[in-house]
Amino acid sequence: MTEPVVEAVASSWTTGTVREVERFGETYVRLRLEVADRHDHVPGQHYVVRLRAPDGYTAQRSYSLASDPADPLIELMVECLPRGEVSGFLHDVAEVGDELELRGPIGRWFVWGGKVPSLLVAGGSGVVPFISMLRFARRMGTASELTIVASAQTRERLPYIDELEEFGAFIALTRENHGNRVAAHIYPDELAELSKGIERAYVCGSAGFVSFIGRSLGEAGVRSDIVRVEQFGATA
Amino acid sequence: MPVTRGFTGGARRGGDKRLPPGQYDTGAGWPVLTAELTPTIDLDTWTMTVDGLVENPTTWDWRGIHALPAASYFGDIHCVTTWTKFDTTFAGVSVDALLEIAKPRPEATHVMATSTTGYNTNLPLEDITDGKAWIVWEFDGKPLAAEHGGPVRMLVPHLYFWKSAKWITRIELMDHDEQGFWERNGYHDRGDPWLEQRYQGDA
Repeated sequence: MTEPVVEAVASSWTTGTVREVERFGETYVRLRLEVADRHDHVPGQHYVVRLRAPDGYTAQRSYSLASDPADPLIELMVECLPRGEVSGFLHDVAEVGDELELRGPIGRWFVWGGKVPSLLVAGGSGVVPFISMLRFARRMGTASELTIVASAQTRERLPYIDELEEFGAFIALTRENHGNRVAAHIYPDELAELSKGIERAYVCGSAGFVSFIGRSLGEAGVRSDIVRVEQFGATA
Repeated sequence: MPVTRGFTGGARRGGDKRLPPGQYDTGAGWPVLTAELTPTIDLDTWTMTVDGLVENPTTWDWRGIHALPAASYFGDIHCVTTWTKFDTTFAGVSVDALLEIAKPRPEATHVMATSTTGYNTNLPLEDITDGKAWIVWEFDGKPLAAEHGGPVRMLVPHLYFWKSAKWITRIELMDHDEQGFWERNGYHDRGDPWLEQRYQGDA
């Protein structure tokens, strides 16, 4: 493991005001918020969203940022989970003008500072932190350092797919054909080709996805000590 | 802080007194959260070392650690990402049993727990003594799965679970505190879930 690249900032709770809400079917909701006393984030970092009931009960969850640090608003793309206490509220209830308690930016490991040639591999909503990296890289003129691989069951399940296609990301849908590629998981051969010349790999997705990609990267010859992972979701 | 418009608490809301503030009951699930890929560890070459400020630096192999008195934990575990898992059963040995052999020197105040992957986490010595910490290789009567830190992990259940280093291989005793992996990356130095010590800057 190497040292973190980001300086310590002790984050405290602040308020975010919802400025834009866009819902994508039953699956995703995109929220753009204006944050009071905001600290710039590094692509890959996350915020904590805390909801507070009238009797003081609170629920909080972490969400990766999709936005470029230079964006005047922060952008979250939240996957709506079954019985999701916070994601369900954000999907069903949140409206423009609502105020949410926020804390961030948090995390100094799963971050990309803009220079290291990297392979980014995402499963479903795991693509969100990579969108922040991509938008940042485009502004800085370093997008050529990034290779993005994104996988999901269907087009609808992959947020930001239009932005990813425009960039030239390698997209692997597992239950639909996509362009010339038939429905299939990402294969080690494909990863071997895509990982040429990289100095680091980031993998973000469910625990099962990360485990699968970890093995495939190993088969593709990528050393495990250059791989940084971020996982979410439950296992039985 | 203001009330969130329209929020009353969802299906996760339990009101269970065993739930620390800001946590939810994950039920039968056990989320996997790591910063690195899950390593493959060969039990024939695996070792556990206690060294640093001790009278008797000691390394145990897989058979040797099983020769120590068995100990188990039954209770709850709390992850900083806000899930809590009730009524877990882990088995292995108490860290006290290792320290009894290694014999901490009087000046030792903190430890660094290190994994085979290079992951590490810091703890005050008093948080891993007197029946508060274990080295475990069984969960629920079965070998601990690799993604949950198997074959062997640390267990310090009264603190947030990142303190319970997966794939543990070494505990080094020190006369000062030093930040480990997540602590350098913005998380709290101690991590008491009942005090909500999640991030650097929390009381």
